[in-house]
Amino acid sequence: MSVTDLIYSLSWSQPELWVAAFALAGVVIGVYVKDAGAGLLSLAGAAVFVVAGALAFLFQPSEPQAVFGGAMVVDGFAGVAKAMIAFAAAATLLLGADFFGKRREQRFEFPLMTALAVLGMFVMVSASDLITLYVGLELQSLAAYVLAAWRRDEARSSEAGLKYFVLGAIASGLVLFGCSYIYGFTGGAIAFADIAAHVEAGAGGVGLLFGLVLLLCGLAFKVSAAPFHMWTPDVYEGAPTPVTALFAAAPKLAALALIARLLYGPFAGMADQWGQVVAALSAISMAWGAIAALLQTNIKRLMAYSSVANMGFALMPLASGTVAGVEAALVYMAIYLPTTIGVFALILAMRKDGEATESIEDLAGLAQRRTLMAALFTVLFFSLGGIPPLAGFWGKWVVFLAALEGGLVWLAVVGAVAAVVAAAYYLRIIATVWFKPPEAALQTPTAVALTTALVGAAMPFPILVLGLGWLERWAQAAVIASF
Amino acid sequence: MMTIGLEHYLFVAAALFTIGVFGIFVNRKNVIIILMSIELVLLSVNINLVAFSSFLGDIEGQIFAMMVLTVAAAEAAVGLAILVTYFRNRGGIAVEDINLMKG
Repeated sequence: MSVTDLIYSLSWSQPELWVAAFALAGVVIGVYVKDAGAGLLSLAGAAVFVVAGALAFLFQPSEPQAVFGGAMVVDGFAGVAKAMIAFAAAATLLLGADFFGKRREQRFEFPLMTALAVLGMFVMVSASDLITLYVGLELQSLAAYVLAAWRRDEARSSEAGLKYFVLGAIASGLVLFGCSYIYGFTGGAIAFADIAAHVEAGAGGVGLLFGLVLLLCGLAFKVSAAPFHMWTPDVYEGAPTPVTALFAAAPKLAALALIARLLYGPFAGMADQWGQVVAALSAISMAWGAIAALLQTNIKRLMAYSSVANMGFALMPLASGTVAGVEAALVYMAIYLPTTIGVFALILAMRKDGEATESIEDLAGLAQRRTLMAALFTVLFFSLGGIPPLAGFWGKWVVFLAALEGGLVWLAVVGAVAAVVAAAYYLRIIATVWFKPPEAALQTPTAVALTTALVGAAMPFPILVLGLGWLERWAQAAVIASF
Repeated sequence: MMTIGLEHYLFVAAALFTIGVFGIFVNRKNVIIILMSIELVLLSVNINLVAFSSFLGDIEGQIFAMMVLTVAAAEAAVGLAILVTYFRNRGGIAVEDINLMKG
């Protein structure tokens, strides 16, 4: 690679460079400021994420740009996905600084590990060959395992880290085994463009299909689509709440974007085959996520099953194999991300007698003691449940429309039934908040948690409802310029 | 004499992969054995990659194998570190005791 190529590649990779520079510089700075500087470093990290996200969003190329000798690709789709990842990570980093600061448990490595995870997600959404895909996925996963076990003196947190590590390693093994078969049965193609040429030619046969299915199963682990979701409830419950907020938002989008890039890029010629696999994943996720959540008493476990169901909805339009499906998935995730972060900010605000509480019972009668929190819970859960006129309804609307246009009527019916069942448990929480007699009162929430929840709740209503047209236009422009 | 062809390597790799996955799920004793099984899974992939690379006359598979080796080392380091914090909290690493949270 010549020097001009390198400079060209670097200039298109500015979001990644900012985050990587922050992670590397932070290690050095951390040696001097020690854990006392953790709060400041977290603020700096959030600022860097916002800058990186803004750069990714504002400087989208009109045509896909292959950088680093074709190892990565920069396009509008990657730009929009990176911006959403970066903003979500910035919000959870601020929540984390607040959470650990209040407990006097702050460590300066926290923003750095988050930055490495974000860097991994950026690489994932820009991946343009199998090696980049694997390295990005692992960078994100390894940082995430450490973050899950962050409260190392707490048994539940380290158990969550251990479970996440073991099941995540199996997922990585599946991804890799799939990659090796794809490499072999396409006659030595690593780059997505070369794989696409082989798939178009109809070469590869059963070995290639086997590789693709293994790869999809591994990625389904990462988006926690059922039946590969078994790590989700335990990791969500055990990990510190700000880390859970991160897991529920950014990596889901990154893995979903990677799935979309793989299926609509190199494997576009096999749409009739992978369409069935994705449709099955989507249907099982929506159904199981809705049913299993009904029995939960811990709100973090409930949110875990809620995220399984939501990933089912996000996968539904991808199963159709149309470009409009990618657009719909992107719009759905843009609405889901701020909503779920808002819910986790509220969970962070649930404190009783100086201890964090996660039991749904403790929300009883919240409306009489803390009306604002109760109102925020109502808005966020109504949006997740898909009740009009909140943005969550429009997200589901777009997704169902794309599935119907793609001819997947049965999948849309399964989704509609699952959405009704899911609305039941969201309504149960809202009923607990408003109509149950109050028992022990929750403490005053911290300003950061409450502000994040307020912003999170303002997104589904009214900001994203009014801005739905823009959102769809951005998603459309990004997808049309990329696929 | 039988010549060793590509399919023999693929068969060995598939067998090792299966043993590794079963080692993770069936094993009820010790987390260290799970870590060993994970290594087995990753190394079976390397056999695949190197075999394909050699029989196709294409160098990229071997580069991929090098990447896998490097990342596997990092993965083992992270896994062992998490295992140490777990051991400190619980005083043991028996698989059947990893049940603070139902799931």
